[in-house]
Amino acid sequence: MSLRISTAPHAHSPVTTQRLMLYVLIALLPAAAAGIYAFGFSALLTLCIACVSSVCAEFIWQKIAKQEVRVGDLSALVTGLILGLNLPATAPWWMVVIGSFFAIMIVKQLFGGLGDNFLNPALAARAVLLASWPVHMTNYVTPTFFQAGVDAVSTATPLATKGASLMELFLGQIPGTIGEVSKAAILVGFLFLLVTGTVNWRIPVIMVGSVFCFSWLLGGSVDGALMAILSGGVMFGAVFMATDYVTSPITPFAQVVYAFLAGLIVVVIRQFGSYPEGVTFGILLMNIVTPLLDRFLPRKIYGYQKEAKKA
Amino acid sequence: MSEKKSLGGVLLNGIVNENPTFRLVLGTCPTLAVTSSALNGLGMGAAATFVLVCSNVAISMLRKFIPDQVRIPAFIVVICTFVTMVQLLMQAFVPSLYESLGMFIPLIVVNCIILARAEAFASKNSPLPSAFDGLGMGLGFTLALTLMGSIRELIGNGSVFGVNILGASYQPMLLIVLASGGFLTFGLLLGTFNLIVKKIEKKKAAKEVQAA
Amino acid sequence: MSSVTDVLLFMVSCILTNNFIFSRFLGCCPFLGVSSKVETSVSMGLAVTFVMTIASLFCWLIYNLLLVPLRLTYMSTISFILVIAALVQFVEMFLKKSSPTLYSALGIYLPLITTNCAVLGVATLNMNSGYGLLQAVLNGTFSALGFLLAIVLMAGVRERLESSKIPACMKGFPITLVSAGLMAVAFMGFSGLV
Repeated sequence: MSLRISTAPHAHSPVTTQRLMLYVLIALLPAAAAGIYAFGFSALLTLCIACVSSVCAEFIWQKIAKQEVRVGDLSALVTGLILGLNLPATAPWWMVVIGSFFAIMIVKQLFGGLGDNFLNPALAARAVLLASWPVHMTNYVTPTFFQAGVDAVSTATPLATKGASLMELFLGQIPGTIGEVSKAAILVGFLFLLVTGTVNWRIPVIMVGSVFCFSWLLGGSVDGALMAILSGGVMFGAVFMATDYVTSPITPFAQVVYAFLAGLIVVVIRQFGSYPEGVTFGILLMNIVTPLLDRFLPRKIYGYQKEAKKA
Repeated sequence: MSEKKSLGGVLLNGIVNENPTFRLVLGTCPTLAVTSSALNGLGMGAAATFVLVCSNVAISMLRKFIPDQVRIPAFIVVICTFVTMVQLLMQAFVPSLYESLGMFIPLIVVNCIILARAEAFASKNSPLPSAFDGLGMGLGFTLALTLMGSIRELIGNGSVFGVNILGASYQPMLLIVLASGGFLTFGLLLGTFNLIVKKIEKKKAAKEVQAA
Repeated sequence: MSSVTDVLLFMVSCILTNNFIFSRFLGCCPFLGVSSKVETSVSMGLAVTFVMTIASLFCWLIYNLLLVPLRLTYMSTISFILVIAALVQFVEMFLKKSSPTLYSALGIYLPLITTNCAVLGVATLNMNSGYGLLQAVLNGTFSALGFLLAIVLMAGVRERLESSKIPACMKGFPITLVSAGLMAVAFMGFSGLV
């Protein structure tokens, strides 16, 4: 099964879904490892539950709907892993299971399966869990790094890390969801995705840049803006979720607009909204706008024609 | 509808075959908005049923006097009169329900079910069948709203009609009683009903084939 | 409503935070019924914006200058719906004469608006909230713009779903409702903005 892509940019080589998904899985591994290192056994357990229940959900649906079972394309596994990385390590098991089933069955399969969903399944499930069980979803603990005798301290928001230095933010010595804490690990994954050509640089770089610029404008300090992009889920969201082929625009210009606006919404929700973190909602909202962007934005703009000539 | 149908048939038609919520998908706004609890759903259904029966009877009695060109405004005025009555009655006797249904009581006026029945049934039939048609449609609407209200209250609050069912250890899924939960529950319920209807039709078809 | 900032905040509140469709459930029938194509949904949204603005103005005037002094406030629903029905008729005739192009674009949607609960809803909301004239009219316009945004986004998504392999029992209304539910989840991100 191939992804539904309408024009040329992505269809440059006969890459199978399974191959793409495998690359994404490999790219996610550093972030997962960093999360497990930071939060310990409970993080590993959460990730396992999310992966297993997502694959089960996909299998059960395809059996019941009498479709060909395509668990082997790994897309359900990727969804499960991303969802798990989006949860705090303390998430109760039933919540993880409900999230996985919601992501696979309602957000993905109900709309026709891989390629037909208009929202990123893991993100939509995260938003649903956040709205349903806000207390469990924001029960972030400070990393313990497997040190005995250190009590986990819980905080309500991943952004309330005023005391943390930029280095601590970068390396992941802060509370947060499993996958988002270590920016170093996320960057390693991003490099892998770039080298293998799995994703384009445009969406992640512009989205993070947009968050940086607007935070700078609103906060007035470069330090604060750096803090803004290193805290919370901006990096993780920009690299692994905003770049989802199925739910992001196809043309370069539309991708630029998409990433830019997603960054803007993130900053607006962080600064003025009642939710502490806006990455989930920012990307989801731009997922919704994506069909309109694809349809109404010009397919060629001047800047990119030049590039084409050089090549 | 012009052929003579039994009153029971007319009644059942509204509840099952042409259930306004699940089969015709009319009156979606109140269906989504007030069904965050079973009681609200029941209250809204009862209010709408009252208006449906009264307006159907009144319009059926007036059907020979209302000129065809201005029939829609005339229907709306009739419906609006009964809605205002319901509004005042509820404000006086069930103030807490009135509070929780809020602005959706006056909005019964623009509920498409009521105008649709006035146009499709009451303006062509005599008062008695019209009353039964209104009652059937109203009950169908009430049943649907109560069902949706019960499901949403059960998942989102662990209770039905305020009675705790799932126990204290149940962690309610808040989303379902919020706005988005209304859309999701309604969509999934509609899908389920379509699935059931299709299964029944398949069975019927299979039986007919066997009989033949 | 004293400064530009207040107006802007009120706009954000009406369009994003308290979106008519995604948080107030007003105007769901046209939202579900007329959202299969982007072009038609834009026309519908514009027609609703037009009518809601004028209806807010007239309903406010009728309520505060006529019903309140005469102690006839219990007649609010019936007078609002008559005002709206008359307005829609009037707007239709006016457009037909003055701007045939706009009429042909909005024409078929105008009669539908009489029974759009968003219009009666905004009039009732203005009355219940005790808004002043300016705020009532702005509420009408901004809420309608929120409706426009919602219906256009929905149309974009639905056009995309057309080629999807949706299970047979979910086609049509059910999948549209589920999409609307997921969109409402995303819009919850805006809660608390104002």
